[in-house]
Amino acid sequence: MSAPLLWIILPAALAIPSLLIYNRRILAIFGGGLAVLLGVIALVVPIDQAIQVGSFSIKIAPDMDILGRRLILTTADGSLLIILYGLVAMWLFGGEVTGTAYPLTPIGLMVMALLVASIAVEPFLYAAILIEIAVLLSIPLLLPLNQTPGPGVMRFLVYQTLGMPFILFAGWLLAGVESSPGDLALAIQSATILGLGFAFLLAMFPLYVWLPMLAEEASPYVLGFLFWVMPTITIIFGMSFLDRYSWLRSSAQLSQVLSLGGLLMVVTGGLWSAFQRHLGRQMAYAVIAETGFSLLAFNLSADKAVDAIFLLIIPRSLALLVWAMSLTELKKQVAPLRFGAVQGMARKYPLTAAGLILAHFSVAGFPLLAGFPIRLALWEGLASQSLGVAFWFLVGVLGLLTGATRTLAVLVMAPQGSDWELQERWGPGIMIGIGVLGLFLLGIFPQIFRPIMADLPAMFEHLGK
Amino acid sequence: MTPIAWIISGLVLLTSGGLLLSRDWRLALGFLGIQYLAVFWLTSLHWPISMAAIKLVTGWMAIATLGITRLNIKDVEAEPDQPWPQGRLFRIFMAGIVTVIVIAAAPSVEEIIPGIGIPVIAGSLVLMGLGLLHLGITVDPFRVILGLLTTLSGFEALYAALESSTLVAAMLSTVNLGLALVGAYLLTARSPEESV
Repeated sequence: MSAPLLWIILPAALAIPSLLIYNRRILAIFGGGLAVLLGVIALVVPIDQAIQVGSFSIKIAPDMDILGRRLILTTADGSLLIILYGLVAMWLFGGEVTGTAYPLTPIGLMVMALLVASIAVEPFLYAAILIEIAVLLSIPLLLPLNQTPGPGVMRFLVYQTLGMPFILFAGWLLAGVESSPGDLALAIQSATILGLGFAFLLAMFPLYVWLPMLAEEASPYVLGFLFWVMPTITIIFGMSFLDRYSWLRSSAQLSQVLSLGGLLMVVTGGLWSAFQRHLGRQMAYAVIAETGFSLLAFNLSADKAVDAIFLLIIPRSLALLVWAMSLTELKKQVAPLRFGAVQGMARKYPLTAAGLILAHFSVAGFPLLAGFPIRLALWEGLASQSLGVAFWFLVGVLGLLTGATRTLAVLVMAPQGSDWELQERWGPGIMIGIGVLGLFLLGIFPQIFRPIMADLPAMFEHLGK
Repeated sequence: MTPIAWIISGLVLLTSGGLLLSRDWRLALGFLGIQYLAVFWLTSLHWPISMAAIKLVTGWMAIATLGITRLNIKDVEAEPDQPWPQGRLFRIFMAGIVTVIVIAAAPSVEEIIPGIGIPVIAGSLVLMGLGLLHLGITVDPFRVILGLLTTLSGFEALYAALESSTLVAAMLSTVNLGLALVGAYLLTARSPEESV
């Protein structure tokens, strides 16, 4: 048994027959259970190390050959597999209560398998093609057959597809830079092309116009899943570039570009979020700001940057999960999700409203919530380097907080004398409640995932060392 | 080799220009079919014929997928009013600008990637440029897929000279077929009111 077979081929292969399961409860349990199983195996059985079970010895080989190239998952990747499959399990179980289990479970499993393959493939450059295939697979998720394609989904397809050629071509140029390090012009050209590729993939400023558009068109839950998984894997892919090319890692210009790009995303995402009157668009702008936080984390000192980037993954996923679940629940009652339509909904759906607001506050980095510890560490690290960057970081965060406060005001704004009419459904209510508890738990005890997170920097040979 | 390569590059300009100008979907798919033949030829300059044939077969399969889907959809009205110019003259003008840019840029690209030959570079850049132009002036799903396939063909013709891995060839073919299937899906997806 090899690791790629277990964590890539198996979920992808099982996703295909799961397309035939029409009972959404069975489908969600099947998908979520499979993801939990894969996460538990990653936790219990270390890759490339023999373990004794009774008279049997089990060893998972790290690599697998495919068409002359290799898929390799090392011992260090084990921690990432635990986190990724653990979080995917939560999303797939949530698909049952949000009514999105079909097609989220089969397609979500396939997307996840492809994205894990993008981490495992060697040369790592080919990850760009695997991410593109995952993008193509995600189209049926974003657009049900009974919905006309809108500009958001078309731009998503175009922008994500354009990222792939840039990255593949930049990869070839970077190899040239390695062999002739003195060629400054070639270095600038390759870095620019690489930057463009990642700007498309990560929806960096100003290429993020499709995000808010898509937030108005697609189901908030599947969108939340994609908003979490795609940027997370793309950022890890970007880190592989930095790990591989030392001149790129030590480039002062790259650091400035990442800082400026991240700051622009945090500030514009935060400020635009503050002025939105559509709850879906607010989530989209918060996602833009989240990606900006990850880019800013690259500018921390080498030893802290990798830790910070990985520490952003779990709070981001949990907040988006609660946010997307709450939005999906509200969308079942009112559509579109404009302020005028959701006014006073907290009196009918208090748990949903609480989930929505607390997730928003968590992304903004409000104290006691999951996003707070890492935002604080990030802000402190940036402030020690530049007060200007720290100031604009604060502006972005204040924008997000303003957006959250406006949402809170709208949701509780009911006509005077109106009574509470609880219409909350138990299933989603309980799931949102658990998610909110998780947000508080991560905010108060951020170190609980430390044992798993501690091994993640070992994924990279040079980065963070 | 060079005169034929230049003729092929000229053919690429004609087909991608034709794709940009044609309003009939059958004609557009015809242009795309010839375009894949030209891309096959450009690719075969650097890859063995058997591997270069992957591009042709994949391209034609993509065309078949789009054609069969489009055949089963009744003709829809022209695109809704757009804020940007849409006329044929404008498209010819823009295609001309892209061609001039490609002619100016090809020698510089040849310096970065020596040994490929200017005709191949010019052909690839024309495909990428006109494909991007196509993407910039339409929101129609069918047209967007044609634009993406054209842009990717240009990239693949160029990338074939740099990378000859079987895995990459297989994955890029999957992307092309995937794009065609996504195109078919987007063409089929309609709101209930529109389907009636």
